[in-house]
Amino acid sequence: MNSKFTLTVNGQSRTVTTDPHRPLLDVLREDLQLTGTKYGCGEGQCRACTVLINGKASASCVTPISEADKQTIVTIEGLAEGDRLHPVQEAFLAEGAFQCGYCTPGMILATVGLLNELPNPSDEDILPRMQRHLCRCCHYPKLLKAIRRAAGQTTKATTPK
Amino acid sequence: MKRDLTTDEALPPEYEEEVERVDYGFGLKRRSFVQILGAGLLIAVGAPALAQRRGGRGGSGGARSIAARIHLGKDGTIVVMTGKVEGGQGARAELSQAAAEELRVPLGRIQLVMADTSLVPDDGITAGSGSTPRTVPAVRQGAAAARELLIDFACQRWSVERNAVKLSDGKVTDTSSQRSLTYSDLAASEDAAQLLQQPVRADVALTSVKEWKVLGNPAGRPNGRDIVTGAHKYPSDIIRPGMLYGKVLRAPSFGAKLTSVDLGPARAMTDVVAVQDGQFVGVAAPTDFLAEQARAAIAKTAKWEPSSHPASKDLFAYLKQHAQGHAAASPFADERAKAKHVLRQSYHVAYVQHAPLEPRAAVAEWTDGKLTVWTGTQNPFGYRSDLMRAFHLAEDHVRVVVPDLGGGFGGKHTAEAAEEAVRLAQAAGKPVSLRWTRAEEFTWAYFRPAALIEAEASLDAKGALTSWHFININSGGSAIDTPYRSGNARCEFVRSDAPLRQGSYRVLAATANTFARESFMDELAAVAGADPLDFRLAHLENPRLRAVLETAATRFNWKERATKRTPTTGVGLACGTEKGSYVAACVEVGIDQGKIIVRRVCQVFECGAILNPENLLSQVQGAIIMGLGPALREEMRFENGEMLNASFRKYQVPRFEDVPELDIHLLNRPDLASAGAGETPIMVVAPAIGNAVFHATGVRVRSMPISLPKTAS
Repeated sequence: MNSKFTLTVNGQSRTVTTDPHRPLLDVLREDLQLTGTKYGCGEGQCRACTVLINGKASASCVTPISEADKQTIVTIEGLAEGDRLHPVQEAFLAEGAFQCGYCTPGMILATVGLLNELPNPSDEDILPRMQRHLCRCCHYPKLLKAIRRAAGQTTKATTPK
Repeated sequence: MKRDLTTDEALPPEYEEEVERVDYGFGLKRRSFVQILGAGLLIAVGAPALAQRRGGRGGSGGARSIAARIHLGKDGTIVVMTGKVEGGQGARAELSQAAAEELRVPLGRIQLVMADTSLVPDDGITAGSGSTPRTVPAVRQGAAAARELLIDFACQRWSVERNAVKLSDGKVTDTSSQRSLTYSDLAASEDAAQLLQQPVRADVALTSVKEWKVLGNPAGRPNGRDIVTGAHKYPSDIIRPGMLYGKVLRAPSFGAKLTSVDLGPARAMTDVVAVQDGQFVGVAAPTDFLAEQARAAIAKTAKWEPSSHPASKDLFAYLKQHAQGHAAASPFADERAKAKHVLRQSYHVAYVQHAPLEPRAAVAEWTDGKLTVWTGTQNPFGYRSDLMRAFHLAEDHVRVVVPDLGGGFGGKHTAEAAEEAVRLAQAAGKPVSLRWTRAEEFTWAYFRPAALIEAEASLDAKGALTSWHFININSGGSAIDTPYRSGNARCEFVRSDAPLRQGSYRVLAATANTFARESFMDELAAVAGADPLDFRLAHLENPRLRAVLETAATRFNWKERATKRTPTTGVGLACGTEKGSYVAACVEVGIDQGKIIVRRVCQVFECGAILNPENLLSQVQGAIIMGLGPALREEMRFENGEMLNASFRKYQVPRFEDVPELDIHLLNRPDLASAGAGETPIMVVAPAIGNAVFHATGVRVRSMPISLPKTAS
C-alpha cells in the first residue's frame, strides 16, 4: 500500500506517495528525476548510490523510502551552488579523478560525508572508509589524490548537511 | 632482416571478435532462432539458443566527406563527429586533441559528437585498442582537410600564394596586410557546402610530432565538469516522456527452456505490461520496483525444462574432454630426443566477468515505426545492425545513441539489453528503460573465456630453448605466439564446448596466454639454472620488448632484489607485446600466513608516440589494478547451471586497500606510430605475481586466480 513521505532533497521539501519499501535510490531517480545518483549493485556493496542523509554518507539502494521520511537528503545535484562547485567537486575535477565517472557522484558524496565527520583525515582514516566504494576503472590512485586534496581544502568551506 | 617497426607492428589488424550473441528471434511464429545474413537471406536454425557469429562488425567505412567528419558553424562552432564511444578510456579527450591539433585551434573549441548513428560516421567498434591507431589518424585527416580548405579559401579570396599566409588559433592571416579569415568565414561562404562535401584525401599533410601543440600534451576529459556535478546522463539515466521500466524473466539455470508461464498475475497489476515472445518474457511498469514485483509474480508460475551443465570445479577436465579435434601433442620428437631437459605443464585461467559499474542498459522509443535506442555499447553501428535484424527494420528506421557510458572493458559489444527494451517498448506502446541488475550482469552477460593451456619446451645443454609447443584450449589466440627465440615453435588455439557464454574482455586471451607463457618461461629458467631476467633476455631479440624489460628491471633493481629471497618476500617479472604496444612488470609480493599481498608493481609501457600522457598513465594504472582481481581473487563459480557468486559481496573485485605501491614508467617513442594502450598493460600483472610467489615460497601456482594451497603456508 502506498504512503505519503515528505523529505528535504537538496534544500527543497519534496512529497512522494509511494510504496514504503521502494529504495530511496529509485525515488530519487524515477520520481524526482535526480539521475546523478547511480545504481551499481542494489545491495550496498559498491556505493555508487551514495547520498548524504542528514549529512552522513549512506547507500540509497538499501535505504527504503520509509526510512528517508522527514530526513534531509543531499544528492550530487545539490552540492554546487549555481556555477560554483563544491570544494570536493573542485578537487575531483582538478585531479581528473574519474575515468568512466559512474562511481564519481558516490565517491564525491562519500568524501563530503567523511569530511563532515573528520575534517582533517589521514590516509589511515580515508582508506578503510573508502574501501566500501568501488571504481571498476580502478582509478584509485587519482581518487585518493582527490580526496587528500579535498581534505586540505574543505576546512574553510561550508558543507551541506 | 630488419623489420620496419613503424608499419609492421604499430597498426594491429582490424578488430576481430568472437562473441556469443543472444538471438531471441522476435516475431517468428515458431520457436526457432534466426540469423539474417547481409543480403537479407533468412536462415532458421532449430538450436542452440545461442547463435554464434565471428568477425568484426559495423561497416567502419569512416567519413565519406569532410562534412561527415566536421561541421563548421557560421557562429564559429566546430563540431567533430566520430562513431567511437567514451567509456572511460579517454577517447573523447584524445579525438578532440586530434581535431584541435590539425585545425590549429585550442582544444576547448572542439565539440565532439560521439556514437549517434544518425549523425556520425561509422568508425567501427570501440575495441581492440583501435581508436588510437585508426580513428585518431582518420579524425586528423578530416581536420587537416578542413584546415587546407580554409587556407585555400583565404588564398583565393586575397589572390595570394599559400606561403604568404599563416594559420594559427583558427585564423588565417595574410602576413603582409594582416587581414584574416576564420573557419566561420569559410562556413559562411557561398561555396562552403560544396567544398565540405569533398572526400577526405588520404594524402593530406598531417602535423609532424615535432610540431605538435595539443597532441602529446596532457588533456583532461572534456566533459569532466558534467561528471562531477552529476549532470552527465549515462545510458541508464535517460528519461523519456511516459517511460516505463522493464524487467526480463531469466531462466533459473543455464540452458533451461521455458515450457509455460502465466502472465496473468503481472497483467492484473495496475499499469503493468507483460509480454511473451518465444523464450522471451518481460514486463514493464511505471517504476522499477513494480516491474520487479510483476516479474517475481510471473516467475512463480513459470515451468522450466532444465539442461545439464558442468560445474566450475570440473571445468578444466570438461574443456579438455571437449576440445575440438583434441589438442595436438608436440610434434618436436627430434628436439625432445636431443634435449638436456624437457618440461611440460598445464595452466588454468578461470572465467571472469567485466562487471562494469554501470550495468547493461537501454532506453527504447518507437515513433511512427521508427526506433531510437539510447544504450551503453561499445559497438553502436553493430548494435544498429543487430536491431535491424531482430526487428526487421531498414537502416534509416533505427537510430542508436550512445551517451558516454559507465565502463565496458570489452563487455558491451552485444545488443541483448537493447533488444529486450525494444521488445518491451513495442508491447507497451511507450518508451521503456531497461537496466540489468548486478546479478544479471554476473550471470547473463558474456564472460571472459576460461583457458586450459598446455605447454611443452625443450632446452639444450647450454640452457637454450630448442622447441616450444603451446596449446590454448578455449580462450583464444591473442598474444599466443611467443616473442622469444625458441627453436621449433608451434602455438595454437583450439576451441572447446564452452559451458558459459563467452566474449571479449580487455586484451582478450592475451592475459591467459601471457600468464601461461611467462610462468612457463620462469619454470624453464629455473630448470636451466638461470636468472629469470637473464633467461628471457638471452632468448629475446625484439628491441622494443627488450627496452621495456630492461628498463623495468633497472628501475626495480631486479639484479639485487632477485638474490634476496625470504619465505615472506619474493619478486617476479613478466613481459609481452600485443596490439602494437610493449609492457614489462616487476612485482614484489609479501606472503602473510599463506595470503599473497602485492606490495609493489614497477611497470614500463611503450606504445609509440604518446598522445595524452595524463590519460595514458591513468589507463596503465587502472589496468594494473584491475588485473589484480583476476590474478588473485576473481573467479566465476557455478554448479547445476547456477552462478554461485553473482554479487560484489561474493565476487571480490579490487578496492582501495588492494592498491600496491606503483612505479609506472611510460617510454615515449615519438619516432613511432601511436598504438592503443587501454588493454596491453593488464596482461603481465598475473604472471609477474605468480613468479614472485614462486620466488618466495618455491610453490609454483599454475592457475588464475593465484592462491597458495593451504599446506604451502
